[in-house]
Amino acid sequence: MRRAVSEETRDLIIAGGGAAGLALATALAGRLGAGFRILLCEPAALAASAEDGRAYAVAAGPRRFLASLGIWDELAPRAQAMTAMAISDSALAALYRPVLLAFDGEIAPGEPFAHMVPHAPLIAALASAARVAGVEIAATRVLEAVPEAGTMPARLEDGRTVRAPLLVAADGGRSRLREAAGITCHGWAYGQSAIVATIAHERAHGGRAVQHFLPGGPFAILPLKAPDGSGTWSSIVWSERRETAERLISGDPVRFEEALAQRFGAELGRIDLVGKPKLFPLEMRLARRLSAERLVLLGDAARTIHPLAGQGLNLALKDAAALTDCVQDAARLGLDYGAADVLERYQRRRRFDGAAMAAMTDGLNRLFGLPGPGARAVREIGLGLVDRLPPLKRLLIGEAAGTQAGRGVQR
Amino acid sequence: MSPAPSDTSPAAASIDRGEVKKFADLAQRWWDPDGPMRPLHRINPVRLAYLRERIDAHFGTDAGSFRPLDGRTVLDIGCGAGLICEPLARLGGTITGIDPAAENIAVAKLHAEQSGLAIDYRATTVEEVASGGERFDLVLALEVVEHVADVPGFVASAAACLRPGGLTVFSTINRSLRAFTLAIVGAEYVLRWLPVGTHDWEKFVRPDELTRAMRAAGLAQDDRRGLVFNPLANRWSLSGDTAVNYFLSATKPGA
Repeated sequence: MRRAVSEETRDLIIAGGGAAGLALATALAGRLGAGFRILLCEPAALAASAEDGRAYAVAAGPRRFLASLGIWDELAPRAQAMTAMAISDSALAALYRPVLLAFDGEIAPGEPFAHMVPHAPLIAALASAARVAGVEIAATRVLEAVPEAGTMPARLEDGRTVRAPLLVAADGGRSRLREAAGITCHGWAYGQSAIVATIAHERAHGGRAVQHFLPGGPFAILPLKAPDGSGTWSSIVWSERRETAERLISGDPVRFEEALAQRFGAELGRIDLVGKPKLFPLEMRLARRLSAERLVLLGDAARTIHPLAGQGLNLALKDAAALTDCVQDAARLGLDYGAADVLERYQRRRRFDGAAMAAMTDGLNRLFGLPGPGARAVREIGLGLVDRLPPLKRLLIGEAAGTQAGRGVQR
Repeated sequence: MSPAPSDTSPAAASIDRGEVKKFADLAQRWWDPDGPMRPLHRINPVRLAYLRERIDAHFGTDAGSFRPLDGRTVLDIGCGAGLICEPLARLGGTITGIDPAAENIAVAKLHAEQSGLAIDYRATTVEEVASGGERFDLVLALEVVEHVADVPGFVASAAACLRPGGLTVFSTINRSLRAFTLAIVGAEYVLRWLPVGTHDWEKFVRPDELTRAMRAAGLAQDDRRGLVFNPLANRWSLSGDTAVNYFLSATKPGA
């Protein structure tokens, strides 16, 4: 049925083998069947990276999406249920940090509102599911793609040109395809960096996540499952002013551990670093459009948000679920799923969610970043109010769990 | 194969000359979704959804799959510029699109090439194809019956092109007062969706008349469905209401 030319054709090309691209490929291959030929281009070796310290809070909605891809059972042994979240707001030296807001419990019986999943097993599970589903994974990158009538030819680094009706840019926060398509972003750097590390501690965390809003920035303790299955590992996301963070991480290791211990608190007993801490600059970037002609943005390419609420991966998985629906709805009728009306439908479904989450995390960060006792009083009143108003609290928990009706992942 | 069609071909008895000219005039702008064929572009996803439903029901294919027509042959009668042929080709079918207007076929060929799709387009009539002995798994006559001069003759020729065990789907406009009001007064004169003169109310066909013609042609009807426009939501949808636009689906017993 297709043109007999020397150039290769596929039904879809995905640039980028991160969680978003792999989830989209796996979902579409599973739904449309192996007859739908997907080429996924990722120059870096998939799943080869050992534990790099990063972990994600996978909310309940996106977790169901991963389950629908058949990979949750594989991830479950590495996933730590997050059954409670406490937020405190204290001066650094305070010995006792009163809990201002506690999210407790489950969104449905037996279903916690989030699970902590380490990066490497997540990517490995997605990559193997994609391969099993028949997705062709090529160790190359898309160098250039200029749309033509009815088709998008992608020039690859390995010398080939491959055509498809649609090219998905899932090539990360600094997406080159987004830039080449002339899609601009608005956003700003926070002047903060996040130190990400894995910590082993004496006592079990009991599935409880903690966010300390410290004057230098939020310090999050997120419960991980240790290799022995116990609750004695946590992931920390430690935000500081950029210069402070750089000084801490490149300075004296003893000083670093002292600073860490002071922020971590003594609640979980003695602590040890697992592996080397890593530094990530914090920035917010929102693409002004989510599509161009025969090109669509997915995951971090669509927006990079403050990692405060752990929503980057959740938004990426929701992108993948929404684009899967839009492409399948058109493809199953033989319609051109790379056409502008289909991409517009995806954009309508995803743009508000991403912008709202970016504004919420940004707002929280700024609110908690305000110095002085007056600001703290405002925060205490604000969060105390949230705690006393069950519907609003449920809304916040629902937002964190990614299950808001109409905008969440519904399968 | 069938001889080349010509204006004097006696086999083209069901074609009304004036009607052919009318659509040929429109052919150039067929593929513009905001052009004069905008109404067809608007109902196309709903028409395809109905076809998909009948295809899955008849051939037992999975409703979510990408290529349910793999290995199947399809004849689209009155294919115009290929608005149905191209999607069905993407669904894996081996498609033959026929239209008596050579200009439509020229536009359809050009567009299929741009889309990278191989479709066998022919400027011919269903009578020619039927007499040539070709048989198809799926035969479509969408928005055609209301433009032919001899409905029973046309249906018999379409049925003759269907392989025993195959599926056929017709769609057309009912000869009801509501159809007159909506399709002619509304769509042509008031909303200007269609050029005035696109439809001739005398040629509209009632579902029972079409059912009778299908039965006489040896077809077993298995579904009847309406296509309705909701002006508030500004969208078309499938419905049990066949008072204006409707589909009839039938199979050919045997094999």
